[in-house]
Amino acid sequence: MNRFAYQEARLGESETFVSRDRNVKIYDGDQKTEFADGEVVLTTHRLFWGRPGEIARAAVTLCLPLSYVVSLSEETTASNFFGRKTRIIMHLRPPNPNKAPGPLDTSRAAHIKLSGKNGLSVEFHSALRETLSARVWEISLASETIVRGAESVANVSDRLARIQKRTGIGGIERNLEAKAKATDENIALAFQDLSVLMAMAKDMVGLSKNISSKIREQKGEISDDETVRFKSYLLSLGIDDPVTRDNFTSNTAYFNSLAQQICEMLLDPIEEHGGMMSLADVYCRVNRARGFELLSPEDLLHACEQLNGPIKLRRFPSGAMVLQLESQDDELIAIDTSEKVREAESLAVEELAKQLGISLLLAKERLLVAERLGKVCRDESVEGLRFYANLLLFRDID
Amino acid sequence: MRRRVGLGAIQQQKLAAEKYKDKGADIQESQLEQMTKQMDVFRIKLEEFAMKHKDDIRKNSQFRKQFQEMCAAIGVDPLATGKGFWSVLGMGDFYYELSVQVVDVCLAANHKTGGLMELDELRRRLIAARGQSPMHQEITKEDILMATKKLNIFGNGFVVHKLGKGKYIVQSIPGELSMEETNILSAASNTESGCVTQNQLMNDLGWTEYRTKCALEKVLGEGLCWIDRQTDEEPSYWFPSLFPGRNAQLVAA
Repeated sequence: MNRFAYQEARLGESETFVSRDRNVKIYDGDQKTEFADGEVVLTTHRLFWGRPGEIARAAVTLCLPLSYVVSLSEETTASNFFGRKTRIIMHLRPPNPNKAPGPLDTSRAAHIKLSGKNGLSVEFHSALRETLSARVWEISLASETIVRGAESVANVSDRLARIQKRTGIGGIERNLEAKAKATDENIALAFQDLSVLMAMAKDMVGLSKNISSKIREQKGEISDDETVRFKSYLLSLGIDDPVTRDNFTSNTAYFNSLAQQICEMLLDPIEEHGGMMSLADVYCRVNRARGFELLSPEDLLHACEQLNGPIKLRRFPSGAMVLQLESQDDELIAIDTSEKVREAESLAVEELAKQLGISLLLAKERLLVAERLGKVCRDESVEGLRFYANLLLFRDID
Repeated sequence: MRRRVGLGAIQQQKLAAEKYKDKGADIQESQLEQMTKQMDVFRIKLEEFAMKHKDDIRKNSQFRKQFQEMCAAIGVDPLATGKGFWSVLGMGDFYYELSVQVVDVCLAANHKTGGLMELDELRRRLIAARGQSPMHQEITKEDILMATKKLNIFGNGFVVHKLGKGKYIVQSIPGELSMEETNILSAASNTESGCVTQNQLMNDLGWTEYRTKCALEKVLGEGLCWIDRQTDEEPSYWFPSLFPGRNAQLVAA
C-alpha cells in the first residue's frame, strides 16, 4: 500500500486509458483499508483509485505506477450471497525512496489486493493482465532515453556508480551498447502481438523514423534498391482518411469526393511532372498514398472522369489517358505555341520538342492545336513539316 | 600534473588525436551496424504483420496510418496479400496489389529505362522489392501479365508488347509523355552533319538495342528523319531540320 502516491488523475504524454471498474476496495496485504467503494482506472502506465467522481474531475487520487507490479495472481472467496468472487492480487516491488507522499508511509506487505462486492469484472481483469504484459511504460521511458541520451535519471543511489561507468570512451561505448540493447528489446516486445503493437504504435513509429533517418544520415539511403526507395517515398505521402465506398449511399457522391481527394493529392506532383501524368502513374501514387485501402482501376477511372477543377482527364487520339493541369488547356497552349513560333520565325515539331523538353507527339499536338485555332500556318515540304505565324489573320500583331 | 613540452609531446598529442579519430570512426561504424540490424528486424516484423493482420490493421484507421508510416520509414511494402483461391478467377486483392507494385517498379526505373522494361527484369526487381519471405518470391511472369491486364482500362498508357516466345516488354510511359525521341534529336543535334546510326546512339545514350530501335522507328514514322541505306554498314538516319547550312540558306533567301 505504501507504493501508492497522491497524484492528479490526468493522463501523461503517450499515456492512454485502458479500462475501469467500480465499487473497488483496496487491501494492504491482507488487511482491509479505508479505501473502499471507489473507482479504479487503468491506463497504459498507471493504476488510479478514487472516490466516485473524483477521477472524472481529475482530482487528486491514489496512483500506482504499473512499473511497481511484479506479477499478478488471484484468489477466489465466497461472495456475500451466493457464488464466488475473485480478488486480484498484485505483487509489488519495494517502494522508490524518492516517491511522492502517499496514503501510507510504511507497510510490511509486499502486495495489495483489489476486490469488490462481486469481485472485479472479467474485462478489467484481462485488461490489467494485457497491459502489464505489454509493459508500455517501459517503452516510453526507453524511447525518451534515446532522445535525451544520457540525461535519463535513475535512482540516486546508483547514480555515482553510473557516473564512474560512464566516463571515458569505454563509458560511451557501454552506454551506446546499453541503449541499442534496450531498443532491440523494445522492438521484440512491440511485435509480439498485434494488440501490443497497437498500444505501442506511437513509440514504434518514432523509433522507426529515428532509425531510418540515422541510417540515411550515414549511408545516404535506406536501401540500395531503387524500387524500395521510391515505394517508401510514395508511402510517406500517405493520406489520413482515404475516401471509401462504404461511407456513401450513392455512386455519384462517392466518385465526386474521390475525385476531390485525388485532385488535392496530385496537384503538386502533376505540376512537378510538367503538367501531365499518365493514369498508370496516377493509379500507383493514389493507391500508395491510400495504403491498405486499394482503389480499383475502374473506380479510379470513374473518379477521374468526374474531375472538374484544376486537373482534368484527357484522352489522346492514341488512346492513352493522362491527367493534366488546366494550364495545359488547348486555348492557352495555342497562344503559348504561336508565341514560340513567332519568336523563332518558324518551328518544326522536333525543334519545339527540344525547346520545351517535351515529347515529339506532344509538340506535334501543340502545333496542330495552334494551327486548328488559326494561330499558325504549316509549310509542308520535302524537308518536313514547319510552322509559321499566321500572318493572314494576325498581320498587325507585330 | 605532468607538463608536456617539446617535439615529443606534440607528436604524442598528434598520435592521441589520431587514435581518438579512429575510435570515433569505429564507434560510428558499429552504431550503423546496430541500426541496420534493428532495421532488418523491423522489416521482417512489419512484413510478417502486414501479411498476417491485414484486416485488423485496416479496421483501425489511426493504427493503419501509423503502420503505414512505419512501412514508409523502413521501406516495407504493406501490400502483401497472398495468391488465394479467388485470385485464380482474377478476383480478390492479389492482382490489384500486384499491379500497383508493377507500376512502382516501372516508375522507379523510368529515368533509366525510358519506360521500357523486359518482363524478366521487371519480375526480378519486383521480387527484390516485395520482401524477403518465400511467399513474395513466388510471383510468376503469368501473375505479372495478369496484373498488367488490370491496367488496360487506362487506354494504352501502360502496355505489354509480346516480342517472341515467352518474351515480353513492358512499356510504362505513353508515347505522348515519352522523351525518347526528343533525346534522340538532342543526340543528333550534337553531331556535325545531323545524322545518327543505331550503334552510335546506343553508345552515346547507353540504351539497349531494342529501345534504340523502337525510338528510331517512331521518329521515322513521324516523318522527322530520313533513312539512308546506301552505306555498306548499318543504315544512318538524317534529320533535315538539323542539316548544316539550312539556316544560312534561310538567311540568303
